[in-house]
Amino acid sequence: MRTEASLTTSVPDGVRAVVEMRGIVKRFPGVVANDGIDLTVSKGEIHCLLGENGAGKTTLMRILYGLYQPDEGAILLHGQAVRISSPKAALAHRIGMVHQHFHLVPTLSVEENIVLGLSEGTGPFLRVRRTRDRIERLAEEYGLPVDPVAKVWQLSVGQQQRVEILKALYRDADVLIMDEPTSVLTPQEVESLFGTLRTLVDDGLTVVFITHKLDEVMEISDRVTVLRKGRVVATVRTKATTKEELATMMVGREVVFRIEKTPPQRGEKVLEVRDLSADNDRGLPALRGVSFDLYAGEILGVAGVSGNGQHELSEVLTGLRKAHRGSAFLETRNLANASAREIADLGVAHVPTERIRMGTVPTMTIRENLILKSYRTAQFCRWIFLDEKEAHRNACGAMKEYEISAPSDGTIARNLSGGNIQRLVLARELCGSPKLVVAAHPTYGLDVGATEQIRQVLLDQRDRGAGILLISEDLDEILQLSDRILILFGGEVMGIVQSSEADLEEIGLMMAGSRRREVTV
Amino acid sequence: MSLPGWLTVERRPAPSAWVVFGISFAAIIAALVAAGIFFQAYGVSPFRAYGDILRGALGSELGLTETIRRMIPLLVIGIGLAVAFRALFWNIGADGQLLIGAVAASGIALFSGIPDPLLIPAMFLGGFLGGAAWGVVPAFLKARLGINDVITTLMLNYVAISIVEWLIHGPWKGPTMRGFAYTDKFPAAAVLPTIATTRIHWPTLLIGLVAAAIFFLLVQRTRLGFEIRVVGENPYAARFSGISRTKVTVLAMVISGGLAGIAGVGEVAGIHHMLLGPSHISLGYGYTAIIVAWLARRNPLAVIVTSFLFGVIMRGGDVIKVSLGLPFQLVNVFNGLILFFLIGSEILMRYRIRIGRREAA
Repeated sequence: MRTEASLTTSVPDGVRAVVEMRGIVKRFPGVVANDGIDLTVSKGEIHCLLGENGAGKTTLMRILYGLYQPDEGAILLHGQAVRISSPKAALAHRIGMVHQHFHLVPTLSVEENIVLGLSEGTGPFLRVRRTRDRIERLAEEYGLPVDPVAKVWQLSVGQQQRVEILKALYRDADVLIMDEPTSVLTPQEVESLFGTLRTLVDDGLTVVFITHKLDEVMEISDRVTVLRKGRVVATVRTKATTKEELATMMVGREVVFRIEKTPPQRGEKVLEVRDLSADNDRGLPALRGVSFDLYAGEILGVAGVSGNGQHELSEVLTGLRKAHRGSAFLETRNLANASAREIADLGVAHVPTERIRMGTVPTMTIRENLILKSYRTAQFCRWIFLDEKEAHRNACGAMKEYEISAPSDGTIARNLSGGNIQRLVLARELCGSPKLVVAAHPTYGLDVGATEQIRQVLLDQRDRGAGILLISEDLDEILQLSDRILILFGGEVMGIVQSSEADLEEIGLMMAGSRRREVTV
Repeated sequence: MSLPGWLTVERRPAPSAWVVFGISFAAIIAALVAAGIFFQAYGVSPFRAYGDILRGALGSELGLTETIRRMIPLLVIGIGLAVAFRALFWNIGADGQLLIGAVAASGIALFSGIPDPLLIPAMFLGGFLGGAAWGVVPAFLKARLGINDVITTLMLNYVAISIVEWLIHGPWKGPTMRGFAYTDKFPAAAVLPTIATTRIHWPTLLIGLVAAAIFFLLVQRTRLGFEIRVVGENPYAARFSGISRTKVTVLAMVISGGLAGIAGVGEVAGIHHMLLGPSHISLGYGYTAIIVAWLARRNPLAVIVTSFLFGVIMRGGDVIKVSLGLPFQLVNVFNGLILFFLIGSEILMRYRIRIGRREAA
């Protein structure tokens, strides 16, 4: 679909353009991330950048923030041409950015993080009192409550994001770039963030908001620029468009928002978890007496804000973390405190949270990555040697079945896109018809096409008779795929609800820990 | 970090073999240029010095054989280090493992009473086991208790030095050596054969060449090699796949320590024919072999080439000492510079730097 002139609005008369990016081109080896992008952001608006993963949103904003230099094109701030050579230069131009992954020092306090890198104070000393006053003033003004002396590692993700915003405001940013800020927040935290953003623009600041979630665009933005494959599809007034129209622009085709899902054919009990308790990496309790059952042929969704025990739950069930109490029986075998290899051999597949760091060896080939778990089986071994031919055959089959697109099975995993890496992980984990699939954030950060495919794969596994534990921070995903939903908060089960009778409001409250339901496992 | 406007830094996808070779070569050239400053400071033209080194190391039969003699321990140790580094274990302790291997071989040669035909095989086996035992200790400490491998392997070098010193001054001091701190001469059956009148103890060289091929195959083609690479490239994925890091680390260090031990056997049984002061047994071979393994980009087969190159450099040190009156230690300076530029060049494997100003708006 090409840009339609009628859809494109120019800057409204009388409103000054704060940021103008003209004809921005940025090439990376093998890919043009930005291919002649024009973007105009006017003063006091919330401007959404909408697009799938790989559309070039983040690249464009990193150019504006001075992290990348454009290969072609010009940046104008308040009508003046500028060269933004570094984030420092961007801040000098009063542009701040809150990244998707925060850049905070966990062992330092909030205020230390905020003043980090600033050359204020007298000599080597910080002016603690004045700093704190100013932070508290900003926090109050914009609804960003946070304790200035708390250490960052003690804060929830939502609070850390507030620190990042305060950091930018403390540096007098008047253009604030937010890169997918809601991906880690509860519905309530999202509301509070949106409140803050509205206050900011009321005060004359300008916000650029990167997202691929349509509901957010409709709720928060004044205008939206849709990117696809490094080009601008259109810039439109939010009020003048619809979700469906934006979705079509974003993916270049009609999107099916509902996946066809048949009613579950619930079978035998696959997993019986009782009173499971474990610590997190810092040695603090992360799971406190979790109990639930999982049946063959069903998807049990685990909803919760990140850091409430779901990560530890997936690790205990896959042998990567010790449980100090309780049991998790897969048929007659207790998974708690069994080794990762034993558990994998019992027919448990694990799609890990960090698919690149845990799920693959980025410097090794697709062929090698596909046998990461099965390399010692008779199929791939000849005496002490690996059977390269068999590995190659296996890789060709998997690449075809899971549509992993790469030049060959000798391609290094690092060179694959996020979607292809996840397909690779799924291809490896799901071979051999596992009884239990523990899938953590299976579509996090993937584009619509890959997301759809991977969700379908999970549903197919369910229909085949696997029990699936789906951990996700994307509530839509949980609601769409799960047959039942378990809500975790503070390492405890707040309730298990049938997804057919799920109420978003209620689930949100349970995720925030303010409501609990009697649990019937 | 800010760069001048005319430089652009970009991520590089997987570098090709030619890029790797070219960058390594450029690093060596840069080290040669930098070392030239030191030669100049001694009042010697760097061109003359490099000319002398090349002629002295390669230009005569004697030079070439001495080069190969230096190459042997570097080759044998370098292969093992390449394997250990692949498993992400920083074995800085090859020098100590070499010494323990030498101690084991000397003990067997002097005191075991093993029949003559079996003596040399027993010494190699003992040297391998001794070096392996010395290497496995830090492997366990790291895998089980998370203790830093660089520190433990390095510190164990000093323990090994002290053991050798104690032995040659104390219980093993040779009665026939007129009070010098040596053991007695090895019996003839414990002396390695050499090629003609050279100091090339060919059994050790042969072991090295065969080991290069074996361990290349081991790393690239076997199950254990697969595990070593997974642990080395991504320990998180190794844990995820149920690969035991303890097992892999310990086995890698059996190989690495064991080969260093064999190098020690070669030095005492092939060159000195006795156990003597640690600084005479090893001229820092265990440290130089670190550079050998890195320059080979942790590929055991490539170690054959890089160990020869460093043989030339070490032989060159002998030459410039004699012909130009320069201290042998200049070789260490040169080695240090090569490692410096080599590690510095790693970043060029991942990024490319382009010259060309971006059009400022």
